[in-house]
Amino acid sequence: MLHALGLWLFCLGLWLLLSGYFHVTLLLIFGALSCALVVFVAWRTEVIDPEEQPLRLRFNAHILTYWPWLLWQIVLANLDVARRIVDPKLPISPTLITLKPTQRSDLGRVIYANSITLTPGTVTTDLSGDTLEVHALTREGADALLEGDMDRRVTRLEGGR
Amino acid sequence: MAALLDLFSWLMLLGGVAFSLIGGVGLLRMPDFYTRLHAASVTDTLGAGLILLGLMVQAGWTLVSVKLLLILVFMWFTGPIATHALARAALVDPANPRPLLHEEPPPSKSSSISSC
Amino acid sequence: MFAAAALGILVGMILAMARAVLGPTVYNRILAVNSFGTLTVLLIAVLGFMTGRPDFLDIALVYAFINFISTIAVLKFIRYGDMGWPRNISEEPQDDL
Repeated sequence: MLHALGLWLFCLGLWLLLSGYFHVTLLLIFGALSCALVVFVAWRTEVIDPEEQPLRLRFNAHILTYWPWLLWQIVLANLDVARRIVDPKLPISPTLITLKPTQRSDLGRVIYANSITLTPGTVTTDLSGDTLEVHALTREGADALLEGDMDRRVTRLEGGR
Repeated sequence: MAALLDLFSWLMLLGGVAFSLIGGVGLLRMPDFYTRLHAASVTDTLGAGLILLGLMVQAGWTLVSVKLLLILVFMWFTGPIATHALARAALVDPANPRPLLHEEPPPSKSSSISSC
Repeated sequence: MFAAAALGILVGMILAMARAVLGPTVYNRILAVNSFGTLTVLLIAVLGFMTGRPDFLDIALVYAFINFISTIAVLKFIRYGDMGWPRNISEEPQDDL
């Protein structure tokens, strides 16, 4: 029930932001009704998330440092990959490595795998059990992952405080 | 001040276009499928990010910026999922060629002694 | 200036489409079409600013949704041969494609 209410509030917020009607009462009522219809359909098809995964990741201060750090890493990796693409010699050395992430929960591992894939130059190709298979564009990128800086940061993000 | 913001947003737009073009060139130049994934992710992350951020600077603090931010957040959340699904589907398909891997040069005698 | 940005994005789209036409396997083509879709979203957003109609952004947002869902749907289709039956991901496809 709480999840349905959360979904309704989320839909309503999204509707308000996308439509931009804040003062027309009739349209506001219609918007609330259509959000309720969405929640009803989601309830009938049983896709209201019962795991409350987004709530379980407690909001902590680490996420405020993790996102800017990840953004900066993405910019650096983009510049590196772009430089290699325009280089006439095409200096790439594709590598396939396996990692052992240290996160305990599934959510932490998914955040780690998604962060790896979001960074250009490294793509997660397999996530099963507690091993990650990563395809890296260059040997250096693979070595940087094996060093485990990002792994430690995601584990700290997951552990809270 | 306004002119400075304008210049800033034009620079961002041009940078985003440049990264998109580099991603497209990489898509053509890279030797096999798995390396092309990396080229495409340049377009998906920094190309899209810089262009949408430049447009957000143009729009200022309005609902238009909120929409642009929503597009950006959605792209950055779903991009890795699509890439991962694509890479995994290609890797488990037996008909697909294996990734080209870089051969390690065999470690020479002298270097192994010096590293010990 | 918006026109220059739109032109650059169009050139990028042509490059992606060239890979989609050349691509030796179906995965190369899907990758190229996915990249093409990303560039289409950007093109729609820039065009909305160029013509002074920010309503285009709604279309760009919907196109971003469709791009992601179609990629996943096509991948599922070429892997399992149909889209109707929810199956366990770890289960290997039984029938030959």
